[in-house]
Order: sequence, then C-alpha cells, then structure tokens
Amino acid sequence: MYLSTIDRPKTAGWKGLSGTVFALGAVSLVTDVSSEMVTAVLPLYLVIGLQLSPAAYGVVDGLYTGATTILRLVGGYLADRTTKRKAVAGFGYGLSAVAKLGLLVAGTSTALLGAVITADRAGKGLRTAPRDALITLSTPEKDLGRAFGVHRAMDGVGAFLGPLVALAVLAAAGNSFDSVFVTSFCIAAMGVVVLVVFVRDHRAPVPAKPVRPSAAFGLLRDARVRRVVLAASVLGLATIGDGFVYLLLQKRENLAVGWFPLLAVGTSLVYLLLAAPLGALADRVGRLPVMLGGYACLAAAYLLVFGPLGGWPLVVVVVLLYGVFYAATDGVLMALAGPLLPESLRTTGIALIQTGQALAYLGSSVLFGLAWQFWGPETATRAAAIGVAVALLATFSLLSPSNLLGRRS
Amino acid sequence: MTSTRTRLTVTAVAALVLGGVAVGYTALSAQPRGGAPTGSVTGPKIQVLSNGVLSTVSRTDPSGPRELTDQRCDRAYAAGGTISCLRPAGALKAGELAVLDSGLNVVKTVPLTGFPNRTRVSASGRMVGWTLFVDGHSYAANGFSTSTGILDVRTGTVVPSLEEFTVVGEAGADRNFWGVTFTSDDNRFYATMSTGGHRYLVEGDFAARTLKPLVDNVECPSLSPDGTRIAYKAAVNGDPQQGWRVSVMDLATRSITPLAENRSVDDQPAWLDGSTVAYGMQRPDGTNDVWSVPADGTGTPAVLIPEANSPAPL
Repeated sequence: MYLSTIDRPKTAGWKGLSGTVFALGAVSLVTDVSSEMVTAVLPLYLVIGLQLSPAAYGVVDGLYTGATTILRLVGGYLADRTTKRKAVAGFGYGLSAVAKLGLLVAGTSTALLGAVITADRAGKGLRTAPRDALITLSTPEKDLGRAFGVHRAMDGVGAFLGPLVALAVLAAAGNSFDSVFVTSFCIAAMGVVVLVVFVRDHRAPVPAKPVRPSAAFGLLRDARVRRVVLAASVLGLATIGDGFVYLLLQKRENLAVGWFPLLAVGTSLVYLLLAAPLGALADRVGRLPVMLGGYACLAAAYLLVFGPLGGWPLVVVVVLLYGVFYAATDGVLMALAGPLLPESLRTTGIALIQTGQALAYLGSSVLFGLAWQFWGPETATRAAAIGVAVALLATFSLLSPSNLLGRRS
Repeated sequence: MTSTRTRLTVTAVAALVLGGVAVGYTALSAQPRGGAPTGSVTGPKIQVLSNGVLSTVSRTDPSGPRELTDQRCDRAYAAGGTISCLRPAGALKAGELAVLDSGLNVVKTVPLTGFPNRTRVSASGRMVGWTLFVDGHSYAANGFSTSTGILDVRTGTVVPSLEEFTVVGEAGADRNFWGVTFTSDDNRFYATMSTGGHRYLVEGDFAARTLKPLVDNVECPSLSPDGTRIAYKAAVNGDPQQGWRVSVMDLATRSITPLAENRSVDDQPAWLDGSTVAYGMQRPDGTNDVWSVPADGTGTPAVLIPEANSPAPL
C-alpha cells in the first residue's frame, strides 16, 4: 500500500492516498447524508410533528451539549489501549445509526428523545478521533494535508446532500417524518457496512504494557503536543458560531428570510470544493501558513459584517471567506497535529486536541453572547476579529517550525 | 483477507436490502391512511386543518364528512372572509404567511423564518397576527424564542415583530411575544409577553405602537366574540413545566374561571361561540383532535372534530 511513497520519497501527490482514506471518506459521506437528514428535519419534527413546547424543546436540545466532548477522550483512549481503532469507530457509527431508529420509538417522550439524541451525539464523539487517527496512520506524512482534504471534501458532500435527501423523502412519503428516520437509519447502516468491509484497521501489536490513563495525560508533558492542544484551544476560543454571523448578515442586509438557510449551504459548498485543493496546498507550502491564512479569512469575515461592503457582494464575500476558513483549517489542523503524536497514542492525542478546541468553542460562544449583550453586535464582532488576530499570533509563536519541528526527535 | 469480489458482493447485497427497506417504508408511508370521510359541507362551518390540509366541517355534524381544499398549512385561522395560513417551512425552504380570501385566492404573502405556532384574524378579517418559533437568536443558549408579527390587510402595513413596539412602564430588555388576539376595533389587540420568567397578558395598540402589561400568568389569549372575556392557558402554579389549564378571565373584573378540561392544553383556545371554547389536544401517537368545553367552567370536555387542529368558526 505504501509502495508509491517508497518509490518516490518526496511526495506521492494524490496517488499517495491509500484506499483507507477514500474508504473512510466514503463512510463519512454516507454517514453525513444520514445525520444531516435528521439534523435538517429534527427541529421541524419536534416542534411541528410532536408539537413540543419551546421549553420542552430546550430541554431536548440542551441535553447533549458537552456530552460528546468527554466521550471523545474516552473513545480515543480505548482505541489506543486496544489498538482497535476501527472497532471503536465502528461502534460509534453503529450507535448513531441505531439512534435514528430510536427516534421512531421515542414518540413524544421528552426524556426518551433526549436519550436518543444524546446517543446519536455520543456515537459521533466516539468515532471522530479514531477515524482521524486511522487517516494519519494510513497516509505518508507528507500527504496528510491532501488526505484530510479529500476526507473532509467527501464529508462535505454528504453534509450537502443530506438535507436534499430529507426533502426528497418527505416529498415522496407525504410528509411522514418516520420515513426520514427509517431512510436515515438505512443510509447510516450502509455507512457501517462500508466501514466494516473496506476500511483497513491500522493495528500495531498491542503493546506489552498497555496504554495507561497516566500515559494519555503524559502526552501533555510533551511540549509539542502541549503547544498544539493550546493552539487548538486558543483558535477555538477565537471562533464564534457562524450562526451569529449569518444572523447579523441577515439583519444588516434585511435578507429575505428564505435565504437564511442558504448561507450555510453556500458555505458548505465552498468548503467541499476547496478542502482537497487547500489540503494539497498545505502539503506543498506548509500546514501552518495555510491554517493561519484560514483564520485570517475568518477575521476578515468578522470585520466585514460591519465593514464598508454592502448588499450582495457582502453576502457572497462572507460566505466565500467562511468556506475558505473551514477548508483551510478543519482537516489541516489534524494533518499538522497527527505526525507530532506518538503512534501508540495517536487517537488519544487527536481526541485531546479536538476536545480542547470544542470546549474552547463552547466558551467563546458564551463570551460572544455576553459581548453582544453589553457592547452591541458591532463592537462585539470587532472584538472577535481582534481575538482572531491575537490567536493567530499566539498560534504562530506556538507552532512555528523553529519552535516545533526544530525539536523533533 | 477477503477478496475484493467478496467485499463488493457484501456491499451490493447490503445496499439492496437497506435500500429496499428505505424505499418500501417510504412508499408505504405515502399511502393515505384512514382519515375522516370527505364530502361536501353545507350550512354553518368550522374551518380546520386535516393532516395539514385546509378543510371545513359542518357546525352541526363536526365529526361528519369534511370538505378538503388543495391548500396546505401548518396553522390556520379564518374570520370575516379572510383566511390566514402559515405555510410549512421545509428543510431548505422558508415558510410564509399566506392570506387567502374566502375563495382561496392568495391575497398577500409574507415570507417568514421559523416554525408556525399561532395565527389569528380579527373578526372583520382586516388584521392578521402570527407567531413563529425562531431558532438561532443566540448560539450557546439553547431553546426557542418567538417572533410575533401583525399584518393590516387593508393598508398592507406589516409589523414583522412586536419587539418594535414600546412597552409601557417596562424596562426589561429580553422580551418574547406570542399569541395575538384582536378586538373588534381592528386596532387594539391582546397578546402574551414573556420577560424575566413571567408571561403577562399585554394590551397592544397597533396605531400607537404600544404594549401595556395587564396581568401575570396569561398565555395565548383569545378574545370572546362579545369582547368581555379571554380564554387562555394558565401555567399551573405559574410554572409551564407543570402544564397549562385552559381558563377564562373576565376582563372587567379579572375573575378567573378554570374550565372543566383538567389535562394540560398547549394551544391557543378558539371561541366557537359566546359559550364554547375549542382547542387542539394531541394523542400519544401524535394525532391531533379538536376538543371543546363550555366556557363557564361547567360540563365535560369532548372530542368535537377528530383528527384535526386549528379550529376556526366560519
């Protein structure tokens, strides 16, 4: 599988990507169709289908926030300890698939619905780190940007298709939400089948001394790992929810409200088109510059919300900047971090980085909400742009090659 | 390891089986299920939604045949020859308020974002109010906020959100409004204002753009035809988590009469006449029925129109 990289030690380009990367991409594509189908109709189902009151909806919606972050670490640690990354990821994919059927069974019970949605999110939390670890372990280091780019692009295609499939099913089934859930389950189950059949596990022999929790935390004693986790957290802290920005755009431009969902669709379209090319660019010119470029786009988007542009150009440019931001950062950070993590603790390390980023992101949303309330949206977005700029500088000093790669063993 | 051929076979078989299940289930769901008998309706009518389809039943035989239209709505109401219909929002499409005349011609549409929740038309048919659940007003804080607007059909004036109105003697910043009901002068209206954990009955003045809080713990008011009483849902012990009791308040004396329905009702009641109130109730399987109960606290609730919601006397 790695012959091409041995033949050409520099970079194998697109051919350096193993079947596993494409297989994992296919699994993510299929799974994202399934999960985005449900995401697209769930609020509709809860409020219109089940006629839940806003208070009850809030309970269901609030249950899972944060539940996945801890599970990420658990999943990562389990995958490393048993070296069964594929099995842990597969369990996560399976759990989410079964949860789709759970939606049928839960009926109008708020408690059951909350449990089912939590299980779905837990599945996502469990599978993400082992999947990303498998990508890093089955790809030559020099092609990691490409590998993550291809994976995230395929993932993006699924996310793009999901709502459309849901619409088609709703239309075909005469607005029966049940059909959407059953179809979503079948598609998710297909994803599990593709994973089981086509994804090759990367199994090192189980170490004589199994990975201990202390070793997992010991990862943080490695200065380079600490720097990456810190940088990911700082960047997470500087990122405010895109929902906020879309909302501000809509208010400022008085966008016909029907366009609101299309802002997200436009962003994901840009993301899926650019993820692979920007991943390849990262392999060529360096992952740090591409990632920092992505965050520069984010800062520009924040500034533009109350900047000189107006009308359609503003909307188009912001959507474009957002798409570039996601394409230049999401997979690229993993590509940057992967090689710094010892193979035996790769999954735990990835989970650690993703958890740090996710927790910081949660914090930034709260902070931005407060800033919005006290300073108003204009000052708040400008402060957010300054936050990104500071995070950029911090990230550069944390991750610049002289600081990071210079000390590689 | 297994050969490529085996893998492809396994995948193809799985795709066929799972695809078959999905397509089969969807096709079965598309078959019309039971439902009320259809037929033409004469005499006094009640407008309802049957499975989201705008339809009418006879006042005198409400569980009898119903006349279906080709209009789909998530919530609807009608009065004075004006039908308001909150159209469903889809996964990629926004909803709208469609105002129809009695011949079902679309008179006006207002694009809306959110999930249809309440709508009312003034007795003359001139004023239309609506409430939507709106997501996304804040990112980390979960839960829905509401967005309530009013359209003056005659002048075309649209107030997209009651948040634009001035609240008399009230400084709270975070306010939510829902459940409008109009008085007969086509200017004043009542609604619910939620702020600081309380849900007040407010009296609004459309022309003056003001709102005045009147009483605590009144949600989804509905003004009686004679304009003296409101039917509404009162949170049990002031706590919506404990459910709601349909009640009637005399506006002059502020005296409250809990109605004979002792289940929790989460709907804006509708007056069928001066002495009867109707509301939607959901069965465990999600089907809605329209129930009715006397407005004076006596009697017992009963199913008025099975498998329907959004009742409005025509």
